[in-house]
Amino acid sequence: MAAQGRHGGKKSNKMTALVVDDNTVNRMIHHRLLDNLGIENVAVVNGKEAVDIHCSGKTFDLILMDMDMPVMNGIEATRQLREMGIRSMIAGVSTRSMEREIREFIEAGLDDYQEKPLTMSKLISIIHKING
Amino acid sequence: MAIAALKTQRRNLVQSMFDEGVLDNQFNQLQDLQDSSNPNFVEEVISLFCNDAERIITELNRYLNDQNVDFSKLDSYVHQLKGSSSSIGAYRLKLACVNLRQASEERNMEECAGAFNSIRREYYVVRSKLQVLIQLERHIVNLENQQ
Repeated sequence: MAAQGRHGGKKSNKMTALVVDDNTVNRMIHHRLLDNLGIENVAVVNGKEAVDIHCSGKTFDLILMDMDMPVMNGIEATRQLREMGIRSMIAGVSTRSMEREIREFIEAGLDDYQEKPLTMSKLISIIHKING
Repeated sequence: MAIAALKTQRRNLVQSMFDEGVLDNQFNQLQDLQDSSNPNFVEEVISLFCNDAERIITELNRYLNDQNVDFSKLDSYVHQLKGSSSSIGAYRLKLACVNLRQASEERNMEECAGAFNSIRREYYVVRSKLQVLIQLERHIVNLENQQ
């Protein structure tokens, strides 16, 4: 399922993803899930780092955004990324179950929301949304 | 054949952990992520989880024994442990975390103490069973490699 790199070119047509989560176990699992699907990915530990990495000029096809994080949470990070003009697919992942909280997260600019823990099938359903 | 017997033992151990609610289906997700390119993935995640969990349990113990309990700090740590437990499929430990969060929200110190003891107990149960599982896995792999 891994995309083949373009012949002779520096640029790979592999999908890229950013994992934003303050939990080390979650970061490891999300990284592996993405790796298994052939998706190049990096991880940061809070919303501020997610914003900063975009300020440095990097973009990603997919952002997996946790909600509760120190320094800057997922809601604020999503808002800021959208204000910066980032159009990547942002999928919120959280353990929150209250409708009001999930709605606030979605209204910040999410394209999708999945309840944790993330599984392979949930990740695949997110990716299908990117591909249309 | 030794390998077959060990595999049966491993299967039975995992099944008993599911039956007792020590593990839930999320653990299967973890096992599915392990393959020949990442043959130690489950062990690595469990190791990371245990280090993290022990650090958090130490902090929780410290905060609960303070004169003036900082419930917000407590909540933040329990949230972390709940998240990790849920991600590896440690079902009963996750429930114990939910109970502590509830008790903490209600500022009920007695309930907090009880819930924290449950967390400690459930953590040691899941850790010891997972350690046995890891040992079995290693033994099986060693025997398979010798063949």
